Amino acid sequence: MESLIIILVGVLTTVAIYLVLSKNVVRVILGTAILSHAVHLLILAMGGLKQGTVPLLGEEAEIYVDALPQALILTAIVISFAVTAFILVLAYRAYQELETDNLGAMRGSDDE
Amino acid sequence: MNNILVLPMLLPIVVGVLLIFLRTYGRIQAWISIAAMVVTAGTSIYLLHTVQADGILRLDFGGWEPPFGILFVADSFSVLLVLTASIVTAVCLSYALISTSKELQTMYFYPTVLFLAAGVNGSFLTGDLFNLFVCFEVMLLSSYVLLTLGNSKRQLREAIKYVSINIVSSWFFLVALAYLYGTLGTLNMAHAAERVAEVGQTPLLTTISLVFLVVFSLKAGLLLYFWLPGSYSSPPIVTSALFGALLTKVGVYALFRIFSLIFYHQPEITHTIIGIMAGLTLIGGSLGAIAFNDIRSIAAYNVVIAVGFMLVGLAIATPEAIEGSIYYLIHDMVAKALLFLLVGTMITLSGSSKMAGMSGLMKNYPLLGWSFFIAMLSLAGIPPLSGFIGKVLISSAAIDSGSYVLLALALLSSIFVLYSLLRIFKNCFWGETIVSKEEQLPLRRGVLLPCLALVVLTIGIGLGVEGLSLYVTDAAETLLNPSTYINAVLGIIQ
Repeated sequence: MESLIIILVGVLTTVAIYLVLSKNVVRVILGTAILSHAVHLLILAMGGLKQGTVPLLGEEAEIYVDALPQALILTAIVISFAVTAFILVLAYRAYQELETDNLGAMRGSDDE
Repeated sequence: MNNILVLPMLLPIVVGVLLIFLRTYGRIQAWISIAAMVVTAGTSIYLLHTVQADGILRLDFGGWEPPFGILFVADSFSVLLVLTASIVTAVCLSYALISTSKELQTMYFYPTVLFLAAGVNGSFLTGDLFNLFVCFEVMLLSSYVLLTLGNSKRQLREAIKYVSINIVSSWFFLVALAYLYGTLGTLNMAHAAERVAEVGQTPLLTTISLVFLVVFSLKAGLLLYFWLPGSYSSPPIVTSALFGALLTKVGVYALFRIFSLIFYHQPEITHTIIGIMAGLTLIGGSLGAIAFNDIRSIAAYNVVIAVGFMLVGLAIATPEAIEGSIYYLIHDMVAKALLFLLVGTMITLSGSSKMAGMSGLMKNYPLLGWSFFIAMLSLAGIPPLSGFIGKVLISSAAIDSGSYVLLALALLSSIFVLYSLLRIFKNCFWGETIVSKEEQLPLRRGVLLPCLALVVLTIGIGLGVEGLSLYVTDAAETLLNPSTYINAVLGIIQ
């Protein structure tokens, strides 16, 4: 199961890198969103998938799953949510001001 | 009684949140935020003395003992940096109070700076790698906002690049954390260090350490500095000063911490790579510093050179070199803030950031000129200013360890620093005065006070090295003996 997830992580990362390397700002942002999904799955896989019961008192189980990766992912999701929201607004403002969403055209020079 | 340890991060956040409600009162916000940073600086002085007296302090959040909970750890290295960062932030805030437009001041500028300071202080103090990631993000999100405040076209353009590159580097950080957790089963720094020391630094762990190297190099601008000049030279000058003084230094701190505490077993791989990267950074930064006519770009490339110089110390990794790097780190925070503030004042006065646009400023503004002169000497490492001691220690350590290439590059880069700044000094301050006494823009009252405070600080650090040496020696000792740190964290409290 872990191997499958790792392959999925690889596929997602490939897709994300393809998107990040394109010139359209919105595609880049979507790419970063998919990148963060990929790494969340990676963290989940690193902690081991479904090896025991939920880590609660009273479950009386032999093994419990490691709860730490979930906590890490939750934090990472919140952060990537905030960052994505910010960069979407930023991209919109930049589009209004610069009248382009093409990163090639945004290169600019220092002479402005 | 270690609860005070959380104050350098908590105080700026709480005050920042309160300031959001005072949005329309720019001046009140400024004074409150300066006061908050002064209190933070005072706290860190107290912490510094406590660390000297009682050894390394730690605070386990929620009473979860390490390695299970998140914790803050204060050793001399981190507290020295917290202290310098708080002082520099306070000075930059006072410059903002005097010089920036009302519009900027009422657009949540001060709360954001405080959040930035909280992220920086948190990164210095945390003893947990995932918490380091969170503190980095707190700092970065504030820096995104600061970079876009001001709303010029150039800022928006540079912000998109800066935010994208930082999202990618944060992604690398998470990947490195995931692999480290998968390999070691812990993210507590001391615990990870202990486990790496037990099992030995296998090739897998060395590879993970290189992923960390990529992450922190991106943040510090070590070799991967291509994003730095553009984004450091577009926002309002106070923001540039804060970025130049604080942001890259957090990356440098993280590199020092990771490669002296956890991944120090394979120096022939990791430290060699750091050495090569530092050398290339010095070359690239030097070329950049002399290539531009825009004085803000020159200042930005000087940041790059300094990062390379500090990492030379880590690559050599003898006690003397580490001590030198710590001195240089402290010096550079002060001197870079000073340089950016002076450059900003020059741009405000002459209305241009090109060297061709100003000339003979010395006649109109002698105090500004001499402050710039002192900043230049300090950055070039002329005694008795603060840059000297770091350069001497790193150079002599490089001679002792036989790293002659790094030595040559480090010293040559100092000459390039001096040359690039002398060019500004010669073109902008000497020469024919192009504005007469009557036409010159008046220097806004008190605008030089923050700069003078930093000048005094750079001279003070240079002359008062004796007083600092106690703390710096202790910091270097802790860095070079990871067991001190590990015992302090994993040992039973008191």
